[in-house]
Amino acid sequence: MHKFITALGLLGLSTLAIAADAVGATEKQATNWHAIIMFCIFVAMTMGITYWAASRTKSTADFYTAGGGITGFQNGLAIAGDYMSAATLLGLTAMVYAQGYDGYIYMLAFFAGWPIILFLMAERLRNLGKFTFSDITAYRLDQGKVRTMAAISSLTVVCFYLIAQMVGAGQLIKLLFGLEYNVAIFAVGILMMVYVTFGGMVATTWVQIIKACMLLAGGTLVMFLAMSEFGFSFTNVLEKAMSAHKLGDKLMYPGSLLKDPVTAISLGLGLMFGTAGLPHILMRFFTVTDAKEARKSVLYASGFVAYFFNVIFLMGLTGILIVGQNPEFFEGGNIAGKLIGGGNMVAMHLAKAVGGNMLLGFLAAVAFATILAVVSGLALAGASAISHDLYARVIMKGTASEASEIRVSKIATICLGAVAIVLGILFEKQNIAFMVGLAFGVAAAANFPVLILSMYWKGLTTRGALWGGYGGLSSAVLFVLFSKSVWVDVLGNAAPLFPYTQPALFAMPIAFLLAFIMSKSDSSVRAGQEIEAFEDQYVRAQTGYGAASASNH
Amino acid sequence: MSSAMYQRMRANPKFQELVARRSRFAWTLAFIVLIMFYGFVMTVAFNPLSLGQPVSEGSMLTVGVAVELFMFIFFWVLTALYVKRANTEFDSLTQEIVREAWKENK
Repeated sequence: MHKFITALGLLGLSTLAIAADAVGATEKQATNWHAIIMFCIFVAMTMGITYWAASRTKSTADFYTAGGGITGFQNGLAIAGDYMSAATLLGLTAMVYAQGYDGYIYMLAFFAGWPIILFLMAERLRNLGKFTFSDITAYRLDQGKVRTMAAISSLTVVCFYLIAQMVGAGQLIKLLFGLEYNVAIFAVGILMMVYVTFGGMVATTWVQIIKACMLLAGGTLVMFLAMSEFGFSFTNVLEKAMSAHKLGDKLMYPGSLLKDPVTAISLGLGLMFGTAGLPHILMRFFTVTDAKEARKSVLYASGFVAYFFNVIFLMGLTGILIVGQNPEFFEGGNIAGKLIGGGNMVAMHLAKAVGGNMLLGFLAAVAFATILAVVSGLALAGASAISHDLYARVIMKGTASEASEIRVSKIATICLGAVAIVLGILFEKQNIAFMVGLAFGVAAAANFPVLILSMYWKGLTTRGALWGGYGGLSSAVLFVLFSKSVWVDVLGNAAPLFPYTQPALFAMPIAFLLAFIMSKSDSSVRAGQEIEAFEDQYVRAQTGYGAASASNH
Repeated sequence: MSSAMYQRMRANPKFQELVARRSRFAWTLAFIVLIMFYGFVMTVAFNPLSLGQPVSEGSMLTVGVAVELFMFIFFWVLTALYVKRANTEFDSLTQEIVREAWKENK
C-alpha cells in the first residue's frame, strides 16, 4: 500500500518518492563540486532571466500569466517541466530498476491524463479563464463564495505539495550535493521567492523551460551512452537484464503493485483527474495567446512526456546491468546489498558509470533545478489564489488597483516561501508520504468536479458548487486521514478506518453527487439566473469570443 | 452588448454545427483513450500473466511492453489529430461565426 502513495508522488512534480525512501536512508555525501558548479551556472542563468523578466512584469496579467504571450511550444516545454520532476527522473528509474515492467505501467498512467485534458478541457480553460481556474468556476456563480471555496482548496493542494517538495528537496540535495538539510531548504525557499516576486510568470516559465531542456538532454544522453554499451539492441538489454535481475523472467510481468482492482482504478482516476485539478498546471493554460496555442501546448507537452518516460524505461533497464552488476555502487561492494545513497540513486549511478563525474554533476544539477522550478510554479499558483481570488475579488470586490494586487501577490509569495521553509524544517523527520496523495486527492475531488461541471453542466448553481467543492475537499482529506498512510503510519493506530489508500474513487462521486443534488434542489431566483447565464458562457467557451487576450509587448 | 453578440452566434446554424462536430470528435477520442487505458488497467488487475507473454515465439518483446509502447504513440497521435482538426477546421468555422455575428451587428 505504501508503494501506491510513493508512486503517486512520482507523478507530477513531487520528490516525495525520494523523500519517503530517503528519510531513513540519506547520509550526507561528500561535497560534489561538479554538481555545485553546474547548479551555480543554472542559477546565474535563471537570475539573468529574472532580471530581464522583472522589467517586463508591470501589470497583473504579466505577473500571473506572462501577459498571455507565451507560444504553444514554449508552454508545452514549461508544462512538461512542471510535470516531470526530480522524482520522475530518479523515482521512476529506480522503480524500473527494482520492479521492471511495473514502472512502465505507472508511466502510462501518468501520461494518459494528457489526451483527456486536451479533448475535454484545454480550449475551454483558455476561452473562459483569465488568471486562475476560479475565474471559470466563478464565471456565472456567486463570485465571493465560489472564489473563496476554490482558493481554499487551491491553497490546500499547494501547501501539501510544497511541504512534500521542500522535504524531498532537502533530502535530495543533502544526498547529491553534500549540503546541510537546512541550507538546502533555505536555498530552495529563497531562490523561489526571488524568481516569483521579481519575475512573476515570465521568469517562472523560463525557469521551467530551461529546466525541461536540461532534463530532456541529460536523460537522453545517459540513455544513449548506456544503450551504446549494448549495441542499441533492446532485445539484447532485455535478455541480459532478465538473466541478471533477481526477478528473472518475471521482470517483464506486472508485479504486485496493481493487484487490487479497487486501488488500481482509484489510482488511475486520481492520477488522471488530479492532474486536471492541480492549480499550477491549470494556470499554465492562461499563459498562451489563444485556444489554438493552448491545444498546441498539450500536444508538445504530451510528446515530451511520452518520449521521456520511454527514455526512463530504458535507463532503468540498462541500470539493472550497468549499475546493478557493479560492486562500486553498493555499500561495502556487495551487489546483493544496498545501493550507495539508497534505491533512488540508480539514475545518478548510471550517469556516473557511463559519463563520469561530469555527467553525474550535470544530472544532479538538473535534479536541483527541477525542484526549484516546480516549487516556483506552486508558489505562483498559491500567491495568485491569495491575491487575485481572495484579495482582489472577495475582499476588495474588484476595486483593487493593479499595483496593489501585484503588491499583495508579492507579499503572498514571500509569506508562502517563509511558510515553506518553516514547514520544510519542521517536517524533516516526519513521514510525509501521505501529502502528495492528499494533494492529488483534493485536486481530483474538490477542484476537478466543480471545474468540469461549471464548464459542461448548465444546471450547476452556487449552492451546488459550494457543496460539491467543500464536500470533495473534506471527504478527500478524511479518507486520507483515516487510511493506513496517516491513521496507522503517522498517528500510530492499530488499524485503518478506511481500507484503501487512494481516495479518488470514493471522494469524486461524493463531490459530483453533492453538486448535482444541491443544484437540482436549488429553486432560488439566483439559481435561475445562474442557469440562464450558462448560455452566454457556453458560446464563449466554444468560440473564445470575449476571451482574455494577450497584452501587448 | 456582448450578450447580444452571444445571442446572434447561438442563433447561427453554423454554431450548432461547430458544437455538434467538435463534441462528437472530442468525445469519440476521449472514449477511445478511456476504454483503452482502463481496459489495460483491468488486464493488469485481473489477468497480469497475459501481459508477460512474448509477442511471438522466441521473441524477447512481451505483449505488455508492445501494448504500452503502442498506447504511448497512439494516444499522442490522437492528440495530434485533434489539434490538427481543431486548429484548422473548427477554428475557421469559429472565425466565420464571430465574423457573421459582427456583420449583423452593423
